[in-house]
Amino acid sequence: MSDVAHAHGHDDHGHHAHPTGIMRWLTTTNHKDIGSLYLWFALIMLFAAGTMALLIRAELFQPGLQVTNPDFFNQLTTMHGLIMIFGVIMPAFSGFANWQVPLMLGAPDMAFPRMNNWAFWILPVAAILLMVSFVLPGGAVAGGWTMYPPLYIQGGISYDLTILAVHIMGLSSIMGSINIITTILNMRAPGLTLMKMPLFCWTWLITAYLLIATMPVLAGAVTMLLTDRNFGTHFFNAAGGGDPVMFQHIFWFFAHPEVYILILPAFGIISQVIPTFARKPLFGYASMVYATASIAILSFIVWAHHMFTVGMPVAAQLFFMFSTMLIAVPTGVKVFNWVATMWRGSMTFETPMLFAIAFVCLFTIGGFSGLVLAIAPVDIQLHDTYYVVAHFHYVLVSGALFSIFAGIYYWLPKWTGHMYDETLGKWHFWLSVIGMNIVFFPMHFLGLAGMPRRIPDYALQFTEFNQIATVGAFIFGFSQLIFLWVVLKTIKGGVKATTKVWEGAEGLEWTVPSPAPYHTFETAPVIK
Amino acid sequence: MKSMSKRAGAAVVSLMASQAAWADYAYNLQEPASRVAQDVFQLHNLIMLVCLGIFVVVFGAMFYSLIKHRKSAGHQAAHFHENTTIEVIWTVIPFVILMGMAYPAARVVIDMKDTTNPDMTIKVTGYQWKWGYDYLNENVSFYSNLSTPREQIENTAAKGEHYLLEVDEPMVVPVGKRVRLLITANDVLHAWWVPALGAKQDAIPGFIRDTWFQADKIGTYRGQCVELCGKDHGFMPIVVEVVSEADYQAWVAKKKGEADTAASDNTRTFDTAELIARGEKIYGANCAACHQANGMGLPGAFPAISGSKVATGPIDAHIDIVLNGKPGTAMSAFGGQLSDADIAAVVTYQRNAWDNKTGDAAQPAQIAAARGGAEAAAPAAQ
Repeated sequence: MSDVAHAHGHDDHGHHAHPTGIMRWLTTTNHKDIGSLYLWFALIMLFAAGTMALLIRAELFQPGLQVTNPDFFNQLTTMHGLIMIFGVIMPAFSGFANWQVPLMLGAPDMAFPRMNNWAFWILPVAAILLMVSFVLPGGAVAGGWTMYPPLYIQGGISYDLTILAVHIMGLSSIMGSINIITTILNMRAPGLTLMKMPLFCWTWLITAYLLIATMPVLAGAVTMLLTDRNFGTHFFNAAGGGDPVMFQHIFWFFAHPEVYILILPAFGIISQVIPTFARKPLFGYASMVYATASIAILSFIVWAHHMFTVGMPVAAQLFFMFSTMLIAVPTGVKVFNWVATMWRGSMTFETPMLFAIAFVCLFTIGGFSGLVLAIAPVDIQLHDTYYVVAHFHYVLVSGALFSIFAGIYYWLPKWTGHMYDETLGKWHFWLSVIGMNIVFFPMHFLGLAGMPRRIPDYALQFTEFNQIATVGAFIFGFSQLIFLWVVLKTIKGGVKATTKVWEGAEGLEWTVPSPAPYHTFETAPVIK
Repeated sequence: MKSMSKRAGAAVVSLMASQAAWADYAYNLQEPASRVAQDVFQLHNLIMLVCLGIFVVVFGAMFYSLIKHRKSAGHQAAHFHENTTIEVIWTVIPFVILMGMAYPAARVVIDMKDTTNPDMTIKVTGYQWKWGYDYLNENVSFYSNLSTPREQIENTAAKGEHYLLEVDEPMVVPVGKRVRLLITANDVLHAWWVPALGAKQDAIPGFIRDTWFQADKIGTYRGQCVELCGKDHGFMPIVVEVVSEADYQAWVAKKKGEADTAASDNTRTFDTAELIARGEKIYGANCAACHQANGMGLPGAFPAISGSKVATGPIDAHIDIVLNGKPGTAMSAFGGQLSDADIAAVVTYQRNAWDNKTGDAAQPAQIAAARGGAEAAAPAAQ
């Protein structure tokens, strides 16, 4: 992506002997190169896990078993979830952080460039461990991305490989987070105080703390699974004095903050995009920062709302219900602030803005279904049904993924030096937003009517909505090829991008030339 | 609040009813058949209406702005970027709305969790992949398997009306009685759920959790396992028949008669053909999901029985693995699930079907001996 930038860098710094070809990418310590690597990795994984989703939807097009068998179906749902979370959304946000955090702070690079290289290059190893398990005896891991024992104890060799992959991905995230925290706290340009920093940096700073706090918890949980599976321990086996539900408590103590790890950087991107195209400063900057921090802190005390049906005491159920409902307050503040930013602006609707507007609207639908699920008695009816599938896809597809699209269209001209094709971008947007709603909106009705999730075959009354969802899935899936085409086309050429790119753009990244040179801010800018 | 939510619920329901032409499309929770399900239904309607109201206000404002405040319409950008008063207002108002939702929700939580004073108690056990029911007050026990034929699932036969939601032996309960369920599992997590009764509870191996329901109306209510439990998670439905008290008593008497026959079977001696015929049925209900109807298993996941060392080697080892299972694998211990006569039958079937032509047979007495002294008590009924 930054070949051009690289050549440009050579002109300025001819005395560096850069390796070329594959060695350039393997040994790079440049934040822009590593950012691109993360983003390409995420894009490849998006197509891998997306293909799995299409196989799932093809099987669910009609009742009966047609495309898969039940065991392979479970492998597909499990791997789709694991790869989309750990292989797509998280690496994509890391890619944005690598590209944008130093540019936004006026820093020459990340604080620990060599650790940055490692944080990325162990990720493909984890991806290979996950993907090869499809061809191992017994197939890939099929116990759900949540890895609940005792089912997880029953599986074959791929279950151990998955634990190893989770460890590696956790390590990568922790290294990335240390880098981001150190960069943000120590390498801001003179005069750029924390409360002047772009909101994207704030959301990533808070996300990085969440990662450092929760990844070791996940590592502990999966290590206990590993020893239960291989070394005769009984952490989660009642017959040996353990408790299967303890795994769920530990897992969700990680995985609820993880939910915000997957959405806070999205909030950051959207908070950069909307002011640019509304030509008006972000409304309520300080309250955005406080709301982000409140969401992060609350995320540690709500985990058991994923477990309302395990059978917990009344007091615990009430506590987790109330604490979960409370998250609606800071989340609401964010939505109101975005709308207030648009209010009385001077808006234009380029592709990044379209994705940002769709994000605000559709993420809020996911937020409302989240509030419905926070109500414990209603959750008990809807837990493990398609309603939950609808809910988390509204927050992860029209939430996290749409913010990634918005961010790519927004910063791609800065990264490549070319404007993307606006017509193709709009086609990608409209097909994605329509397709996405056709897939996931009917799932609310399926869940309400009583269709459980993670089943390869279903009763006849669920047929119509499943068929609609499958049609939507193929529209959504294939329209991502347009995205790939736009990105490749923009890298190859196009209208030259200006330094500022967007009329309403504000911030240090818009003061360096487009494409951004290989080395930027070797002398720190001064912010008044 | 309650009466308001009732009225709101009624409005939504009548809206749904007016669209009866779209009969196949269900847009809301199933029609409640118990007080808890009714409360949940109304709670959900209330929250949906509140969310809908907020959605219309917020996005009404946003879309107004998108239309009016666009550059192409010549709108000049204002420069305001904070307003403490309005920010406090839109923090406080949602908080107040949430408190309005929390109160009725908490009442339902407290009602749902109160499992005291039941009229009857049923122990429910999840297995890979069927449900077991023990009526603790009646001494009636049985298993409930999916009854949809394999041919319908594999698309070689037309699908019936209750495809995948039908069982060989439903749970039967009397109408209007407070039924407490003690829920557990034998192997992995499962979850017992009947939407219309508003009862859902995870089944956790090694632990017993409880829930309750009280059905208001006679009828048949269907649900499914809702916690991923492996390959056939989608194929272990739940059917609850709610009947009159008289019908319930008749059903209990019938089940007790069946139990007596099963008990006497355990002390009989069968001839081999009889055992094979009986064993084939047991195999189909308990073994075929993994080891397959042709005995070939699924390579890498579930071993074949046809031609296997266990099924063609010493019979005692074969009986042992069926009785006690194989720890660390999906092979569960059937000793607690099947009677002596059934285990004898299924072992005999496996040793004589497909490529296995051992010609030997196991008798119920051998199974009783293999269970050993202390554990001699086999389940009375199947």
